[in-house]
Amino acid sequence: MATSTRTSSSLAAPRSRSVGRGTTRGNYELYSWVFMRASGVVLVVLVFAHLFVNLMVGDGVKAIDFAFVGGKWASPFWQIWDLLMLWLAMIHGTNGVRTIINDYAERDGTRLVLKLALYTAFVVVTVLGTLVIFTFDPCPADAPANLLASFCTA
Amino acid sequence: MPSAPAGTLYRGREGMWSWVAHRVTGVLIFFFLLVHVLDTALVRVSPEAYNAVIGTYQTPVMGLGEAGLVAAIVFHAFNGIRIILVDFWAKGPRYQRTMLWIVMGLLVVTMAGFLPRHLMNVFGGGH
Repeated sequence: MATSTRTSSSLAAPRSRSVGRGTTRGNYELYSWVFMRASGVVLVVLVFAHLFVNLMVGDGVKAIDFAFVGGKWASPFWQIWDLLMLWLAMIHGTNGVRTIINDYAERDGTRLVLKLALYTAFVVVTVLGTLVIFTFDPCPADAPANLLASFCTA
Repeated sequence: MPSAPAGTLYRGREGMWSWVAHRVTGVLIFFFLLVHVLDTALVRVSPEAYNAVIGTYQTPVMGLGEAGLVAAIVFHAFNGIRIILVDFWAKGPRYQRTMLWIVMGLLVVTMAGFLPRHLMNVFGGGH
């Protein structure tokens, strides 16, 4: 228990929100809790369709190659789909791992290091993935035509 | 460590184990997601680089890993919906255990639809 030097006149009423608790800022944890549920519902739809199209249709995983990705990302529909999936999944997953670090890493230094690694991974992977979706060229000029989607040579 | 209070709703029972499984599958999926964005990013390097790496996803060992990954995702998805129902549906807490068995049933049904198709793609001699 933390000791307090405050006088009784400054004591908060029971269960009033986060007075004198420096680690709690605003309603962050409430928004985080709501986000996990809202993004979770959307992700079920996004990820299930992603798995169905990539693993069930046609030859499934055996059919995935550069031309397959080129065919999908030639369409703004799949670009937006994958962008939304990337961002929601990365935030949802990062927030989940953040919760797990808070639960199991007891030393302040350990939590700090683990969260720095987590947030670094979040920024690097999310920025990289976003750039890849929007700077991707399905028909690179110097690539062999047999590795490209059929519309590249049409 | 304080001793466990007697007669809790969750401890050591379906509620606790589903919570453990939700965490384990969540971490597993998250680490795969990091790797998956990186391997997909190889499309910006060259078609050859991407095809070489995605080719390793089509081997039998990785094919079995993908089956496990899909099972983890399907459990996490259905159990996540169960968690939302426990939180927001008035009768959710009362039926949390029943809903876990519905989650497990849906997991079995979904995998029964996915596994034959996926394993034929991975192990079938069509290529």
